[in-house]
Amino acid sequence: MTITLSHYLVLAAALFVIGLVGVFIRRNAITILMCIELMLNAVNLTFIAFASHMNAVDGLIFVFFVITVAAAEVAVGLAIVIALFRNRDTVNLDELNLMRW
Amino acid sequence: MFTAFVFYLFAAVALAGALFVVLQRNPVYSALALILTLFAVSGLFFLLNTPFIGILQILVYAGAIMVLYLFVIMLLNLSREESILRAHRLQRVVGTLLGGLLLVVVAAVAIRQAGPGAPGSVPGAAPGTAEAVGRALFSDFLFPFEMASILLLAAIVGAIVMAKEDLR
Repeated sequence: MTITLSHYLVLAAALFVIGLVGVFIRRNAITILMCIELMLNAVNLTFIAFASHMNAVDGLIFVFFVITVAAAEVAVGLAIVIALFRNRDTVNLDELNLMRW
Repeated sequence: MFTAFVFYLFAAVALAGALFVVLQRNPVYSALALILTLFAVSGLFFLLNTPFIGILQILVYAGAIMVLYLFVIMLLNLSREESILRAHRLQRVVGTLLGGLLLVVVAAVAIRQAGPGAPGSVPGAAPGTAEAVGRALFSDFLFPFEMASILLLAAIVGAIVMAKEDLR
């Protein structure tokens, strides 16, 4: 029983879909940010699986930059959440309808 | 055989943690489950002969980013936020169905295109050491690397400006 590239790809797809469904069904802004982290991590797993499969270092560099961008995204996203909570006293996305049509 | 056992162990932990993140109502438990998932995925990186990225995942994701999440969750005291069950049944059903559909399509493509016999990783070859990544990062990818530092600086400044109480 050997572990092939498809195993990793299917696992990454499952993780990505769980994160995506989380974005669909959750209404808490912080949980949705965490689900986005889940999706980014699934993509990282795909990159690493292909990089290891092809014995190339380029995929690892991409993962490095994805982690960097994720860190920046989390810092800005959580700052927005803090500012929202301070102004509206909620992080429920259904109640934050100021910019919605 | 050993590789298969480790893979399925880490995969099960990662999937269970991910499901817990989505289904858990308390954001603190969600964050802790996400840390578990990140550790499991990091173990998979080690299994794929990329120890440098695995270490980076633990340090940056589980170490820095998740601490930031927990800090903000506890700062805002959100434990009561989603205790109200909202009437979004249609959204939940349709979202889950569409997600399942996407999973079926992507998994079918992954299995068919990658082929059942393709090896997951080449034993012996180690493309993911710190030396290999560092060499590529500071030669071919030097410009994107510097751009990343500017991006992080902009993110720090933006986060401070937005989270600050009063700018004046």
